[in-house]
Amino acid sequence: MKFPIFMDNHSTTPVDPRVLEAMLPYFTEKFGNAASRNHQLGWEAEEAVENARKQIAKLIRCDAKELVFTSGATESDNLALKGVAEMYKEKGNHIITSMTEHRAILDTCKALEKRGLEVTYLPVDKQGRVSPDDVRGAMTEKTILISIMLANNEIGTINPIAEIGKIAKEKGVLFHCDATQGVGKIPVDVNQLAVDLMSLSAHKIYGPKGIGALYVRKKGPRVRLVPLIDGGGHERGMRSGTLPVPLIVGFGKACELCEQEMPTESKRMAAMRDRLQAQIMEKLDECYLNGHPTERLPNNLNISFAYVEGEALLMGVKEIALSSGSACTSATLEPSYVLRALGVGSDLAHSSIRFGLGRFNTDEEVDYTAKRMIEAVTRLREMSPLYEMAKEGIDLKSVQWAVH
Amino acid sequence: MAYSDKVIDHYNNPRNIGSLPKDDKAVGTGIVGAPECGDVMKLQIKVENDVIVDAKFKTFGCGSAIASSSLATEWLKGRTVGDAYNIKNTDIVHELNLPPVKIHCSVLAEDAIKAALDDYKKKSAVGAPTEAPAAQSVKS
Repeated sequence: MKFPIFMDNHSTTPVDPRVLEAMLPYFTEKFGNAASRNHQLGWEAEEAVENARKQIAKLIRCDAKELVFTSGATESDNLALKGVAEMYKEKGNHIITSMTEHRAILDTCKALEKRGLEVTYLPVDKQGRVSPDDVRGAMTEKTILISIMLANNEIGTINPIAEIGKIAKEKGVLFHCDATQGVGKIPVDVNQLAVDLMSLSAHKIYGPKGIGALYVRKKGPRVRLVPLIDGGGHERGMRSGTLPVPLIVGFGKACELCEQEMPTESKRMAAMRDRLQAQIMEKLDECYLNGHPTERLPNNLNISFAYVEGEALLMGVKEIALSSGSACTSATLEPSYVLRALGVGSDLAHSSIRFGLGRFNTDEEVDYTAKRMIEAVTRLREMSPLYEMAKEGIDLKSVQWAVH
Repeated sequence: MAYSDKVIDHYNNPRNIGSLPKDDKAVGTGIVGAPECGDVMKLQIKVENDVIVDAKFKTFGCGSAIASSSLATEWLKGRTVGDAYNIKNTDIVHELNLPPVKIHCSVLAEDAIKAALDDYKKKSAVGAPTEAPAAQSVKS
């Protein structure tokens, strides 16, 4: 086994060696600018880009012409929300989204609110799902956009996108889906999901960092956007700037590999994830799964280990790369807003660990991780005053804590 | 965010984990923090002839919180009760090289120390058990 074991594949993924191989020629040999129309280097670059576009389009079942390359899903999210808000401002000023979206959506919505837009942040149920009825209920005549994520990056819960899409179509409101975590792991079909805009990112699917795309529907309806970036009119005017050809080639190859390997790979992920979960929960009591038990990404596990704090737990398994919803592990010193939205108490949010399995994890690594987690949790529980009190039969919820 | 070696040492080899009997008159117990905050420290001291002869802790919290409370028990042992009040959170920050974002862990440790000392003082201020009061005259 190689250390550290990387089990944080929701944060990023290693570039697949086959992806890297596909990219390399475009750095030093075929280094042309894809917009150079008058020489071989330009034509080669353009061909590579269009080929990649097709590979990506195949994965999400759209037309290649409907893809706009961006620097990543964050930019795609910004472009979708701000681009629609600006383009359709005569039509309305209301956006519907959910409380568990990625910061790229939430912070963009906050920025739009400062510009005078109104945003409804829908709650989620105890397992993290948005209700299509809630979406319908929140719509007004001024609603111009709905934005709901396909699958959550912390708890893996998959939303009922197709049902929401149907409602959006009924009401004639554009529907954006941040599909960053779902693409390549579960089947995605923009028509089946009835989405008009969709964000995706390469570095979550064994591609390079720094490249993503926004799917922009061309027909039924034709979606138009005001671009964020001007300067040359690349990507049909929606995103100017010289295309990073090697990154795009990598993105395309990554998508092609996902398309080919997804059927077997997602089964393998789910089996490893289930194995990890079973081993941990067999040996430890008071462990709680966060998120939906079945409508969940095949590679995701998010568990709260009662009476033990997340950062201390990660310190105890430092040869394994994981992440936590604890306040101590966040830049803002706030516990995970996603877990709080589920109604998970802050104490359990502080005790949560997210496991993100990936293509390069093995059963051996899973078994090792389970063993080490059990050891670390057991050790920390021995050191925990909360565990001691719970074992004495004290109801922690009834205690008056001396907070300073 | 790399931890200082001292924090890692306290985390891997915590000093004085455990519990003292909290009903013992010579034992002072301080519990501070709250589960919703992600930080709870229980600190206990055993005092003989005004000297802290033993100290134990248990902590629910991050590595820095564990290290702060572990260090606190180390420093408490051997001090008089009065002198123990002089332990400041800034001393803990300095000793463990805590970064700014973890300073509050040391503050909580100082609170825990004071809570344990106060608890001991309160318990030892209660005098020898008094006789049952003489029968009161019946109130009219």
